[in-house]
Amino acid sequence: MSFRPVFEAHPWEAVKASIYAKTAADVERALAAPRRTLDDFKALISPAAAPYLEQMAQLSHRLTRRRFGNTMQLYAPLYLSNECQNICTYCGFSLDNKLKRRTLSSVEMLAEAAVLKDWGYDHVLLVTGEANQTVGVDYLEKALKTLRPHFAHLSMEVQPLDQADYERLIPEGLNTVLVYQETYHQADYKTHHPKGKKSNFYYRLDTPDRLGRAGIHKMGLGVLIGLEDWRTDCFYTALHLDYLEKTYWQTKYSLSFPRLRPAEGLLQPKVEMSDRELVQLICAYRLLNEEVELSLSTRETPAFRDQAIKLGITSISAGSKTNPGGYAVEPESLEQFEISDERSPADIAAMLRRQGYEPVWKDWDAALA
Amino acid sequence: MTTQPLVIADRTFTSRLFTGTGKFSSSALMEEALLVSGSELVTVALKRVDVADAHDDILRHLHHPQFNLLPNTSGVRTAREAVFAAQLAREALETNWLKLEIHPDPKYLLPDPVETLKAAEELVKLGFVVLPYVHADPVLCKRLEAVGVAAVMPLGAPIGSNKGLLTKEFLEIIIGQSKVPVVVDAGIGAPSHAAAALEMGADAVLVNTAIAVAGQPVAMAHAFKMAVEAGRLAYEARLAAPVAHEAVASSPLTAFLD
Repeated sequence: MSFRPVFEAHPWEAVKASIYAKTAADVERALAAPRRTLDDFKALISPAAAPYLEQMAQLSHRLTRRRFGNTMQLYAPLYLSNECQNICTYCGFSLDNKLKRRTLSSVEMLAEAAVLKDWGYDHVLLVTGEANQTVGVDYLEKALKTLRPHFAHLSMEVQPLDQADYERLIPEGLNTVLVYQETYHQADYKTHHPKGKKSNFYYRLDTPDRLGRAGIHKMGLGVLIGLEDWRTDCFYTALHLDYLEKTYWQTKYSLSFPRLRPAEGLLQPKVEMSDRELVQLICAYRLLNEEVELSLSTRETPAFRDQAIKLGITSISAGSKTNPGGYAVEPESLEQFEISDERSPADIAAMLRRQGYEPVWKDWDAALA
Repeated sequence: MTTQPLVIADRTFTSRLFTGTGKFSSSALMEEALLVSGSELVTVALKRVDVADAHDDILRHLHHPQFNLLPNTSGVRTAREAVFAAQLAREALETNWLKLEIHPDPKYLLPDPVETLKAAEELVKLGFVVLPYVHADPVLCKRLEAVGVAAVMPLGAPIGSNKGLLTKEFLEIIIGQSKVPVVVDAGIGAPSHAAAALEMGADAVLVNTAIAVAGQPVAMAHAFKMAVEAGRLAYEARLAAPVAHEAVASSPLTAFLD
């Protein structure tokens, strides 16, 4: 059992055409529905929904507050390594990019962790490239063991692993795994991932199934917006979420919607998504699913983030560095992508409080893992 | 105008009205009512039929090609008893389909979730097509799905109470997340209840008391047939939800995008 047959039952062009065929009447029906379907979601992300943005925002704001209250989760990425055997056309760590590669030692990890702890973080997201010789499961296990005593909640965004590997890491304190499909457009996926293990589309597509079977507590899904038609790609994300929620019903889910940012010597987005469209997507996700966590990173600008947090977002990062050693060990090294919001976690917390939100630094406990 | 057929395990049903065979004033009346109802799945209590008798009064009246029999374990109080009764039913009625019901409480006949899950797991392993009668408990339904039941049958209200969809909020959750068909069983007292269940996306309903003890059971069976068809057709046609238009004078949340 996996998502694959569900995915294959929804051909890209047919999905895309059905989204663009949605009318104002479809949008109004979707807005009024007590429970929204995937078909309603198509209407809400369609061009036909553009005039209804304020109404969607109001609804999204209300639903989000009802479920999550006046709180905002905070987390920070901790980049452990930029070694990578993959070529990804949009990524600063791509194999063919000439940059100094570094993988943090345990001592270095702790030095980085100390900075994040000092800022108040109890939740970190461990990030690596894909280099199975040096940054394989053994390394990840060591990282979890090293950092677990210092954080209540450990998330990971690394290469897709086998089910047995996840089963090995979960008891070491691994709570959450983020694995983004990048794009559900198979041919385009191949173009953007020509080399390395990542070029296997279906291995990546089935990763959430492997995570679900391994019993992961939470997983994060998403696509990299800019590679393909964002509406169609995000429909597949919603379809994937729908399948996963029904299949691995004991797992929590979060969604992200990173917009492609300029990175060292890399491609420009094929599809541009405006701020207005990103707000539409955030609200549509919320209107489809009242329980899912929605996460917004420092890729977005302060002006946008300060407003967007009211529209459905439940989790944000702050103070992020996207280079291994970026917090303490080697702050000057090359980043994976450019950060737009460079405010400190303290500034972000103050901004949240001004807007009536309580910043939440800790929402899990090592004793529960 | 036709609606999508319902598939459970290896069988396809045109009618989404499942029926019971108890409480009729005669087997002949039962037969007439069930024929009019269009039902293709008819549950019969093992305890009510004499399986040794080829001319059993109830079974004799159910000899129609459109009636698939769904033996039920009514009367058993534990998983062990249910498994025993199921094997007996399979042999006697020559079907591996089973409505699993375990209600140790003789007053309200409420299903025992612990014993039901235990029995379901064992019966699936023994090759039964199991349709368990359960409380409208979404977690239990997912647990049952995981052990391999063919459908779940959550109750709308206490059995025989005719009170309708008292568990609506929970039925909605079950319907929303189930990967197997959801059959609302018990409590449906009027055709409007049945239509409402189908409108909200239940795959079928099971009705017994409301037909059997109606003033005119045959006419009521017909009324239920139409209600179930209407409910399903409405579900597939997608209901026009009440319009919650709130006048939005300004754009306080999205003005920053201008």
